[in-house]
Amino acid sequence: MVVKTVEGSFAVAEAIRECEPDVVACYPITPSTHIAEDLNRMYADGEVKKYIAVEAEFSAISALIGASAAGGRAVSTTSSQGLLLMHEALFAASGMRLPMVLVVANRAVSAPLNIWGDQQDSISQRDSGWIQLYCETNQETVDSIPIAFKVSEETRLPAMVCMDGFYLTHSVEQIDVPEKKLVEKFLPKFNPEIKLDSENPLSLGVYAMPSDYQSFREDLELDLQKAKQSITRVQSEWNNLTGRNYGMIEQYMMKDAENVFVAMGSVCGNAKEAIDQLRANGEKAGLLRVRAFRPFPFGEVAGALNGKKNVAVFEKAVSLGGAPPLFGEVLCALNDLSRKPTVSSFIGGLGGKDVTVNNVAKIIVKIKDGEKRFEWV
Amino acid sequence: MVKNPDNFTPGHTACAGCGCAIAMRQIVNALGKDIIIANATGCMEIVSSCYPRSAWSVPYIHVLFENVPAVASGIVNALRAKGNDHTTVVCIGGDGSTYDIGFGSLSGMLERNEDVLYVCYDNEAYMNTGIQRSSSTPLHASTTTSQAGSVVHGKTQWKKPIVEIVAAHRIPYAASTSISFFADVEKKLKKAQAIRGSRFIAIHASCDTGWRHETDLAYDVCKLAVETGMWKLCEYENGEFKMNYKPAKLKPVEEYLKLQGRFKHLTKEEIEEIQKHVEEEWKKL
Ligand SMILES: Cc1ncc(C[n+]2csc(CCOP(=O)(O)OP(=O)(O)O)c2C)c(N)n1
Ligand SMILES: [Mg+2]
Repeated sequence: MVVKTVEGSFAVAEAIRECEPDVVACYPITPSTHIAEDLNRMYADGEVKKYIAVEAEFSAISALIGASAAGGRAVSTTSSQGLLLMHEALFAASGMRLPMVLVVANRAVSAPLNIWGDQQDSISQRDSGWIQLYCETNQETVDSIPIAFKVSEETRLPAMVCMDGFYLTHSVEQIDVPEKKLVEKFLPKFNPEIKLDSENPLSLGVYAMPSDYQSFREDLELDLQKAKQSITRVQSEWNNLTGRNYGMIEQYMMKDAENVFVAMGSVCGNAKEAIDQLRANGEKAGLLRVRAFRPFPFGEVAGALNGKKNVAVFEKAVSLGGAPPLFGEVLCALNDLSRKPTVSSFIGGLGGKDVTVNNVAKIIVKIKDGEKRFEWV
Repeated sequence: MVKNPDNFTPGHTACAGCGCAIAMRQIVNALGKDIIIANATGCMEIVSSCYPRSAWSVPYIHVLFENVPAVASGIVNALRAKGNDHTTVVCIGGDGSTYDIGFGSLSGMLERNEDVLYVCYDNEAYMNTGIQRSSSTPLHASTTTSQAGSVVHGKTQWKKPIVEIVAAHRIPYAASTSISFFADVEKKLKKAQAIRGSRFIAIHASCDTGWRHETDLAYDVCKLAVETGMWKLCEYENGEFKMNYKPAKLKPVEEYLKLQGRFKHLTKEEIEEIQKHVEEEWKKL
């Protein structure tokens, strides 16, 4: 174990390097840029095999599709408008069942232009057939890189690792970046059977008539649901090697909790602090952190919230004109429970608006009255 | 006619007399088995790859309409990273994909000088979606989005000079050829295949449905395009420009135009305008 005091972006780039990708293809956009620059320096120093300095994010994701189809391990990073520009190709990558990893440094989307953190960019890709993991800390993000490659390659589903822009990408802290030897033990070489190979010709990306199309979509959906098993197993393998354990969800002070804060990403750090403070005052507060948003862990969420009194779902994204995305999933998860908690929606932290420990504590105290709320914080 | 017809098999669903399907066979048969084809959305993709069938007996991938050069960049980098130094990665895109929506992706690939051979089959419109104009559609041609009405008389812009634009990227090889010049197509494909870095070949290929000519005229129409100077056979090799077909005297453009319904509405003046333009271009060469 080598703990280094480094920037989150740099640690993520190092983790990517240790996974020995065949092809990196990136286009700069704040706050993901440092990762791309670090990877490019590693390429310049001969530590990364290929770095394609593409002319747009659309070409970055397209190059990943080509590289993966040719049997290469492929990775990119982007944020905000870059991810929105990739949108069309994201569906092609998952539909073609091509493994790859995309690190999303989460950022608000235009307009108005804003470079700071929220999760609207990746949440808006939730129907694209990608695995999505939302990380609370830089350590978790770094660990999620080899995990994402392994899960992606065994399920043949592309995976996004989402880290909050600036809060994580630009913060310098102590991080244990897994060494190459450890990653080698954990992550098998990528050698897919189905690939573009002139000695074994096949056609990829063909079109399907109405008689066939839907069954492709159904298979994709079933396999994405099943990816939960792969994520769980792969994460426990990682735990065996590193002692760092990640689930589909994380529960903090949940055993006897009555009032629960549900959220994703780095805001959960502040939430834990708020819960510690409330607990010190005798409040029965708890945190349910959703790490895997796709596939959504309905069973785990229902299990964690069963019997709780009040739930505040907090999120840094909106589905304009519809149910807030995380809130909607949580409600769906609770559908079959006989003792349903009251569930409120809180939207906040958009475009880098501060979400303080105090904000979280206030929300948890507020929901104690059992009223249903839809609020912007 | 074609030596080794099994790389692009019969059984595809192209229209009778499709000039572009001829181009596909010329491409795969000239380049052999050690290739990977990345194809843009368009007629050639649709006619060749309906699940669960495929007309391709070489490795083939289709992803989207506007990103083939980037997909190919990914393929070639992955191949080379994994130690494959021999397979030729070939893009096949229509004029819509190449001149218009995928142009940024193409320019990026050329600027990076990726080791990819890009072949554009140029049928001068978006045929797959029902004959809409592209920036390759010639002046005055009527399409469903450059219609010949009483006020506007077909396309009002000249055809974009794609080979010159591509050559301006200073790639090692750019050329244009035509399905009707079999030896020229084959020679250029093979020559390009032997070069490393980005290579580009535009193949003029007829579409009888979109150009509105008889189904047995693919060969004659494309040949006339060259003989009238409406399309040229040329090469840029390391910056040096070369014409590969220089007749003593060009045939009048009218011979080419009159075979096709897309030019049927042209006035005498419009035909003269095209004739004059061709002659001026020709003088420059
Ligand atoms: C982003 C996007 N826009 C539009 C389309 C619809 N579309 C499919 S093929 C095509 C035209 C293709 O034209 P061209 O590249 O010239 O090939 P051709 O059909 O003539 O063979 C269009 C507009 C698409 N597939 N994707
Ligand atoms: Mg066309």
